[in-house]
Amino acid sequence: MTEEIIIAGFGGQGVLSMGKILAYSGVMQNKEVSWMPSYGPEMRGGTANVTVIISDERISSPILNSFDTAIILNQQSLDKFEKAVKPGGLLIYDPNGITRIPVRKDINIYTIAAADEAGKLGLSKIFNMIVLGGFLKLKPLVQPEFIHKGLEKSLPARHHKLIPDNEKAIEIGKGLIQAVQLIS
Amino acid sequence: MGELRLMKGNEAVAEAAIRAGCDGYFGYPITPQSEVMEYLMAEKPHERTGMIVLQAESETASINMLYGGAGTGKMVMTSSSSPGISLMQEGISYMAGAELPAVIVNVVRGGPGLGTIQPSQADYFQAVKGGGHGDYKMIVLAPASVQEMCDHVKLGFDLAFKYRTPVMILSDGAIGQMMEKVVLFDPIPRRTEAELIKQNPWAATGKPKDRNHIIITSLDLDPAGQERVNLKLQAKYREIEKNEVLYETLGCEDAEYLFVAFGLSARICQKSMDLARAKGIKVGLFRPITLFPFPVKAINDLGKKVKGILVVEMNAGQMIEDVKLSVGCSIKIEHYGRFGGIIPTPDEVVYALETQIIGG
Repeated sequence: MTEEIIIAGFGGQGVLSMGKILAYSGVMQNKEVSWMPSYGPEMRGGTANVTVIISDERISSPILNSFDTAIILNQQSLDKFEKAVKPGGLLIYDPNGITRIPVRKDINIYTIAAADEAGKLGLSKIFNMIVLGGFLKLKPLVQPEFIHKGLEKSLPARHHKLIPDNEKAIEIGKGLIQAVQLIS
Repeated sequence: MGELRLMKGNEAVAEAAIRAGCDGYFGYPITPQSEVMEYLMAEKPHERTGMIVLQAESETASINMLYGGAGTGKMVMTSSSSPGISLMQEGISYMAGAELPAVIVNVVRGGPGLGTIQPSQADYFQAVKGGGHGDYKMIVLAPASVQEMCDHVKLGFDLAFKYRTPVMILSDGAIGQMMEKVVLFDPIPRRTEAELIKQNPWAATGKPKDRNHIIITSLDLDPAGQERVNLKLQAKYREIEKNEVLYETLGCEDAEYLFVAFGLSARICQKSMDLARAKGIKVGLFRPITLFPFPVKAINDLGKKVKGILVVEMNAGQMIEDVKLSVGCSIKIEHYGRFGGIIPTPDEVVYALETQIIGG
């Protein structure tokens, strides 16, 4: 099993930390992982993206040009990465702020209205965990007990009191994800 | 098994230095390696092991602090990225001349000049062929993973003291910034003053009454004396070439073609290898882990078995010269590279193999 994922959105949406929690959870479940962020000038007040690979085998290139799954949180990222999803792959996006919806016919497409939901709940900080929950519903790569350990390892000790909120957000995300287009 | 963590390559370098028993780190911040000192400052190793961490006023100061520390037999390290490493070249040459052990980490970014902050391998020539003046070599290690970023710090210190020479870890911005699973080796206590004196009789540790002064210098105005220094250095480099070559091969048993790549490029080529083999192209991967000493014989042996070699580097063609010198002119050897911070994709590399080597 190897899952190659791109997570992309605005800086500040928690793109990098979502990837880190996913990767650390993978480590806890004894998977091979890599987490490769964009760290260039675009990080400084623009789009942010991270490539996360989770595998049972040694990981080759941490840099990829096609992905099994793209998790997209803004329009610029959709424009950039829709074409990078492998045929038959998975695209998840939050419709908030999306003006041009995906057009690919050869991939599975889901939406998750995480920004709206996080706003309603007044939990904007765990918006990214709602998205992660949606992804894990479709691809349960890591078991909940290891997600818990991943959260413990990724968050500084002073934020450990927020772990239950994060886990709740993951559960909310699992219920929120909706299919838009399913192939075969 | 040691402690399991998810870490950035830069953080792994810093943690490995503390665990290796390093006595002092001297550095100056520069992207994409600033996490080395950030991690060390946050970790406060003077409380854990007594290790000193100091932000110098410049890279020139860092390397000269390294010279001073190494001259007293201490385990010392610095890190920087390309423009900062250029500023250190004079000090590195002096350390090679004075036979001083140290670990220098270069997390390479795109050049020339101030360049970019994105990953590159364009400092191969500088690391392997000199960089500073005079006939000297450094041992150059090329990690391709966060695990190797950790392990090469320990290996680097071992080799530095075994041969009394500066050792460079030649990494790049991507390996510095990416996070991977790493198994940390168990901490090794810092050497006591008595152990240090016993293990390093050459070091300037303070003159007791029963021996002469120890002088750490790279200066000998008598040309005959300076030639003797050079002969000694060259004998040491031949010894290193004989003993310390490291490399990795993947899929070379049935290979008709070969990728040769180090560091991040080798990781990309590994993916390219899978893609090419899915198309029926029998290609293997040769990854030098030591860039000096270069794996001349191993590449020469493989060169006799394959029809062509593609050398993949994030530069305009540097290691290819050493590959050609190792193999000779019997087969086609071509280079594929991207520059200035652009990372080649696995697909691009397969296309280059198909057009430049197989169909070329």
